[in-house]
Amino acid sequence: MQENNATVASAASNEDIIAVQDLNKWYGEFHVLKSINLNVRKGERIVICGPSGSGKSTFIRCINHLEAHQRGNIVVDGVELNEDIKNIEAIRREVGMVFQHFNLFPHLSVLENCLLAPIWVRKTPRDQAIETAMQYLERVKIPEQAHKYPGQLSGGQQQRVAIARALCMQPKIMLFDEPTSALDPEMIKEVLDVMIELAGSGMTMLCVTHEMGFAKTVADRVIFMDGGEIVEQAAPETFFSNPQQPRTQEFLEQILQH
Amino acid sequence: MATPHQSLPDLPPPATQRGLLGWLRENLFSTWYNSILTVVIGYWLVTTLVPLIDWAFFSAVFTGEGPQSCAPEGACWIFVYERLGFFLYGFYPEELRWRPDIAFLLFAITVVPQFFPTPAVIKKWLAIFGLTGLPVAGYILIAGGHFGLEPVATSRWGGLMLTLILAYVGIIAAMPIGTALALGRRSEMPIIRGICVVFIEFWRAVPLITILFMASVMLPLFLPEGVTFDKLLRALVGITLFQSAYMAEVVRGGLQAIPKGQYEAAEALGLGYWRRMRLIILPQALKIVIPGIANTVISLFKDTTLVLIIGLFDILGAVKSTLSDPAWGNVMAEGYLFVAFCFWVFCFGMSRYSHRLEKKLETGHKE
Amino acid sequence: MQSEELPVKPGRPKPWNDPRIRSVVFQLLAIAAVIWIGYTLFQNTVNNMASRGISTGFGFLDETAGFGIIMSLIEYNETMSYGRTFLVGLANTMLVSGLGILLATIVGFIVGVARLSSNWLVAKVSLAYIEIFRNIPLLLQIFFWYFAVLGALPGPRQAVNVGDIAFMSNRGIVLPKPIFEPGAGLMGLGLLIALIVTFILARWAKRRQAATGQIFPVLPVGLGLIIGLPVLAYFITGGPVSWDIPELGGFNFRGGITAIPELGALLLALTLYTASFIAEIVRSGIVAVSKGQTEAAAALGLPPRRILRLVVIPQALRVIIPPLTSQYLNLTKNSSLAVAIGYPDLVNVFMGTTLNQTGQAVEIVAMTMAVYLLLSLSISILMNIYNRAVALKER
Ligand SMILES: Nc1ncnc2c1ncn2[C@@H]1O[C@H](COP(=O)(O)OP(=O)(O)OP(=O)(O)O)[C@@H](O)[C@H]1O
Ligand SMILES: [Mg+2]
Repeated sequence: MQENNATVASAASNEDIIAVQDLNKWYGEFHVLKSINLNVRKGERIVICGPSGSGKSTFIRCINHLEAHQRGNIVVDGVELNEDIKNIEAIRREVGMVFQHFNLFPHLSVLENCLLAPIWVRKTPRDQAIETAMQYLERVKIPEQAHKYPGQLSGGQQQRVAIARALCMQPKIMLFDEPTSALDPEMIKEVLDVMIELAGSGMTMLCVTHEMGFAKTVADRVIFMDGGEIVEQAAPETFFSNPQQPRTQEFLEQILQH
Repeated sequence: MATPHQSLPDLPPPATQRGLLGWLRENLFSTWYNSILTVVIGYWLVTTLVPLIDWAFFSAVFTGEGPQSCAPEGACWIFVYERLGFFLYGFYPEELRWRPDIAFLLFAITVVPQFFPTPAVIKKWLAIFGLTGLPVAGYILIAGGHFGLEPVATSRWGGLMLTLILAYVGIIAAMPIGTALALGRRSEMPIIRGICVVFIEFWRAVPLITILFMASVMLPLFLPEGVTFDKLLRALVGITLFQSAYMAEVVRGGLQAIPKGQYEAAEALGLGYWRRMRLIILPQALKIVIPGIANTVISLFKDTTLVLIIGLFDILGAVKSTLSDPAWGNVMAEGYLFVAFCFWVFCFGMSRYSHRLEKKLETGHKE
Repeated sequence: MQSEELPVKPGRPKPWNDPRIRSVVFQLLAIAAVIWIGYTLFQNTVNNMASRGISTGFGFLDETAGFGIIMSLIEYNETMSYGRTFLVGLANTMLVSGLGILLATIVGFIVGVARLSSNWLVAKVSLAYIEIFRNIPLLLQIFFWYFAVLGALPGPRQAVNVGDIAFMSNRGIVLPKPIFEPGAGLMGLGLLIALIVTFILARWAKRRQAATGQIFPVLPVGLGLIIGLPVLAYFITGGPVSWDIPELGGFNFRGGITAIPELGALLLALTLYTASFIAEIVRSGIVAVSKGQTEAAAALGLPPRRILRLVVIPQALRVIIPPLTSQYLNLTKNSSLAVAIGYPDLVNVFMGTTLNQTGQAVEIVAMTMAVYLLLSLSISILMNIYNRAVALKER
């Protein structure tokens, strides 16, 4: 699966659930992702940060093939991502994603949002799907909102529903793309609490976020991206206290000023 | 990782994504069914468009005199050229056509700058002239009867001139009526609101053709004995009623889009109803509704063709009446294409304009 | 216009400054104006009609019409009454509007989706279609199809022959007419059974999916049944349907069903014109479903066709249906342009010929307008109910 990937920091092992090798992507003539290499172990929690436009979103969206890449390969849970529809769908079943703008289905109630994929993709009997959905809604602490519609909830509540919706598929990996950056400050905490709880349960997580407190508490590794490449990666303690690259230092200074 | 990170260079995308080939691959032949579609549609386009273009341009006859210069395999544009006067003015006496020409020159001077970057003051005065002076000047010029101008009966008006008159008068008459109706429909007085709702919904529910029929057969019955209306005026009354109902709905949309805070702020300043509307609400609302108005103008412009059913000679009527001239053989396609082109240029241009304005308004609101 | 507001003193305002009194006075004036206008018009009309010797009332509806109509869906001949001409016109309006709505919806949806195709050529051809057809007056399009295209077809003797079964000439399009013999009933029965079975199947599939999670392909199976069973019945009973194929006899065709060219031209023009608007509506409805929605659904592992059915279509329809119905209303109103080429719709037959013969302008105009009013009113009531039912729940 993984041969001589020279630049990968963490040693590749059989427990790797995501292996990205020499990933390159272009938007037209624009080179967005430049030779990205990354291996993620099962249960590992990774935080990705970097300035705006550095390609963070593009990168994690490549992992469940919301964006197609042009060169390199991505193996998720032993399945190689290529243009094969079956492979893509198989991977998406195992990878949950939470978006910046929630993207809940406005025409479905909260519960129905959570039932849609288990019923139509996993082919779960309805009663059982409802049971699972209610469990997860309880876990994100909004079981009482199950019959409301997304438009009737606050931003923080919507994002927690979005997390529950992704968890209902019982994925092995969760991707988060700036889950708190569209939220008001008082709502950020309720979402982060849910994510911290999730991290505690051993879920593999890839999280694009600028919440450095969150990174310090839960991350196993922090990755800094700039200009479409991974500039630096390290455990949070070293990353924050002793960044190696000038660009990282600059970025951290800016972030921590706020 | 103590060594400073070296930035990787920007590479060009893989060859399959680049250049003409990459474009073709992505946009025309991305999957097998896209390839089939491309080939089938491409074949169909080539087999229909090539002969059509050949007929309309390459084999067509543009110069020459009379029907005998025309060839059967090409379009006979001489026909349009020779009848152009009739298509543009109808039966308006040839030696007096300079009068409508001046009117339309004035019209062009008033209207054209509105679509281009022009200082706002100039735009404003031109618009005021367009709503007040121009109709008067146009009427005096075209109808005659004053200042020593020879009168020309409305029954002799026709062609594109008539089409433009119908559309222009319909719009400027409908603008104030429509605005008043819109304000009425949002009034807090139930009876006023009721009257406006009934009026608006009635005219919107029935087809224009029935309104024109009504105007032409019933209007004479409604008026006191001895008062007569000529056919053109009757059509104009019908069109105005119809258009003002649509205009009212467009303006109402604009009024609704103004945030409630604006109404409250205006009230808090102690302004009375009419001042609130005139100084605060309407200026904002009318700006938002310009694209909507442009869209109703497009519809109205197309709808003016209906007057030929009650016997007026608009451009379509004028062209249609000449098509049966046996001397020219079959020039139907040429005639209808000419009219279609006239309408298309105007309507398409107008719709682009309104689209652009909509985009601008959208971004303007976000700022 | 009211101007300077007096400094507000405690106590009652002057009556002419009291908004409530103002509003009452204003409204009373409005009522008075409406009544006065109505009364004047009424008086004038009565006087005018009296002086022209026109009788009033709906008595004329029972009189003999005495004119023929080239196409009628219900039985009609010239000995029948004016009232009957109203019904004939109404039925013809319904026919052309119904067919037009059906065809325009089909064409409009196809073009609207094609407009968003990833195939550049398909998208551009759709765009060209939309921009051409909606920017040319409908009446012109009707004339074009009627005079320049259908009118240019040869006479019946040189008719365009489509596989010896259908013919296109300047007298219209003649199609074979099915004749049902005994046994054909079985085909109908087959269709009915297929429909019922499909319905039951759909309910069963839904229950089974809820219970076990298994998905049953209702659509293909149902379609197969609905087409398959009647075909099966056809062969079992030994082909009980024969076709009355039109034949040239003398100067025209005998047999078959004839669609008069007026109907063909009107239908073609209405369909193509309205479809260009529907296509835009469909396109903007689909575009209105944000990319985030499809992405979220895709990220959950839903395959494209399920994303379409479960996420995109339900949301797009909410945006599409209200303007779509107003297009349906427009098409119905526009069908009155029939009068320009002589298709016998309501306006042509009733507001045209019948009005000319009887002179009962007020009654006839009122009846005709009432038809359209009723139609618009009922549709907008239905729309309001629909909008309330599907309105997205917001805070
Ligand atoms: N669909 C697209 N077409 C062309 N360029 C794109 C597209 N999407 C993103 N880009 C460009 O790719 C670059 C990376 O975008 P990306 O969204 O991955 O950045 P990001 O790191 O997530 O930034 P942010 O913090 O603002 O979300 C940006 O320069 C952006 O302009
Ligand atoms: Mg991003």
